[in-house]
Amino acid sequence: MRKYSIFSLARNALSHHENWWQAWRSPEPKKRYDAVIIGGGGHGLSTAYYLAKEHGMTNIAVIEKGWLGGGNTGRNTTIIRSNYLWTASAGIYEKGLKLWEGITQEVNFNMMLSQRGVLNLGHNLQDMRTIERRVNANRLNGVDGVVLNAQQVKEMVPIINTSETNTRFPVLGSSYQPRGGIARHDALAWGMARACDDLGIDVIQQCEVTGIRREDGQVTGVDTTKGFIETNKVGAVTAGNSGVIADMAGIRLPVQSRPLQALVSEPIKPVIDTVVMSGAVHVYISQSDKGELVIGAGVDKYNGYGQKGSISVIEEQLAALVELYPIVSRLRLLRHWAGCVDVCPDASPLLTKTPVDGLYFNCGWGTGGWKATLGSGWCFAHTIANDEPHPLNEAFSMKRFETGAVIDEHGAAGVAH
Amino acid sequence: MLHIKCPWCGWRDESEFGYGGEAHIERPKDPDSVSDAEWADYLFFGSNRRGDFRERWVHSAGCRRWFNAVRDTTTYEFKAFYRMGEEPPGGEQ
Ligand SMILES: Cc1cc2nc3c(=O)[nH]c(=O)nc-3n(C[C@H](O)[C@H](O)[C@H](O)COP(=O)(O)OP(=O)(O)OC[C@H]3O[C@@H](n4cnc5c(N)ncnc54)[C@H](O)[C@@H]3O)c2cc1C
Ligand SMILES: [Zn+2]
Repeated sequence: MRKYSIFSLARNALSHHENWWQAWRSPEPKKRYDAVIIGGGGHGLSTAYYLAKEHGMTNIAVIEKGWLGGGNTGRNTTIIRSNYLWTASAGIYEKGLKLWEGITQEVNFNMMLSQRGVLNLGHNLQDMRTIERRVNANRLNGVDGVVLNAQQVKEMVPIINTSETNTRFPVLGSSYQPRGGIARHDALAWGMARACDDLGIDVIQQCEVTGIRREDGQVTGVDTTKGFIETNKVGAVTAGNSGVIADMAGIRLPVQSRPLQALVSEPIKPVIDTVVMSGAVHVYISQSDKGELVIGAGVDKYNGYGQKGSISVIEEQLAALVELYPIVSRLRLLRHWAGCVDVCPDASPLLTKTPVDGLYFNCGWGTGGWKATLGSGWCFAHTIANDEPHPLNEAFSMKRFETGAVIDEHGAAGVAH
Repeated sequence: MLHIKCPWCGWRDESEFGYGGEAHIERPKDPDSVSDAEWADYLFFGSNRRGDFRERWVHSAGCRRWFNAVRDTTTYEFKAFYRMGEEPPGGEQ
């Protein structure tokens, strides 16, 4: 791989940046692969990357129906943290955060990880008790975190309204994870695609998987818009479209697809240098390097694949935003979009084998899988390579809905991520 | 915002309604006799259809009655509204 560096930057400046080398190939699919990953989002690309890097499987392909990162990877509000309640979640989300901390150097691509900290606000006594419980659980699991009171929140976020008299949901305090933050979504998709390509993986765009072929309960290949591809291992990493892939294989998933919206304001001078989320009033914000406020909302209530949601959700979220940060009341909005998120009943993901041999699913990340992208890929690669889960993702199997060992993260995930 | 036709009250804004997910899921007649897998399937697993989807809505800020609808989950266009207990239009899917 040709490295990006200050020298390559200077050299290319001389030719007006018109001669940069291609970052990855666009190959035609081969006849046969040892594994096929469906979905060229962050989770699919990192699964392929770790399959090659950790398990030596390089005859593999990532098949993407649109363009890289065109799904939720390129549509999310990029918040990263690992302060989930349960031990199983702490394991996989913290693995993800640790990998985030090293990935820029590892793949020589600037992911612009900015560990500016994440606050999760509490608005009533019960919120504060839950926050204390969660922070304690986090610390026992080796995840950093502290509880802040309202005054400490105000010091950290001067634009926040902490008045107890003129707000319907006063800010009483928050949890704070200093190692949390944000990272750049496009960079992840592009950086991992380049790293995959470098390891010999075929990253194939504009190619839709239309069927999963099976014989005697074992996967034998996938039909695509570029023809049939033979393989005995298929990893489906298709987020909101997981139900569609499940249908192709004749299985059912405990997943519903919902619209999730976000928007950005016009750019303004720096006003907030951390990330603030509120599950109770359903709004979370951070400020991009360009100065836009990046604003996330709650999930829409109905099933929807349309990558659009209802304006009533935006209205509620902006009402909450203005109450929490009165200075934004006259800001204009610049862009507004939605993704299609794959929601599990317990707000935890599935990284699982299925009743079909050789077919694996990585989905159900719903409203909050960006932060886990690398940890998810790392665990899923292990699952595919060894045909059994890693201890870090063992609990995230489909079986948990039968045994009752669900991993209820509604408190830590909520709508907020 | 979606516009939804309550079979009793007529067209109203989505914000008056609550969502009940997939319709026509039958509770096992004898819960004691089903396996854990069947019970899990009833409780948690669903069709999550891309395309025409039969779903339940409740007019929570109106008459507070439940009803069913058929909606295309890619365009969000409603194809039909019908009362609980009525046969879905279009027959079996
Ligand atoms: C508005 C919004 C805000 C969010 N904010 C956050 C946040 O702040 N923090 C956080 O942690 N998470 C957040 N999330 C969630 C996060 O974005 C996702 O969990 C994560 O990005 C999912 O990554 P993925 O690679 O699994 O899915 P995707 O990036 O959606 O990738 C799936 C890919 O599969 C492809 N595909 C589908 N069907 C087929 C087929 N048949 N053949 C070939 N390819 C196919 C799709 O085109 C797509 O590119 C947010 C999501 C949204 C929508
Ligand atoms: Zn009504």
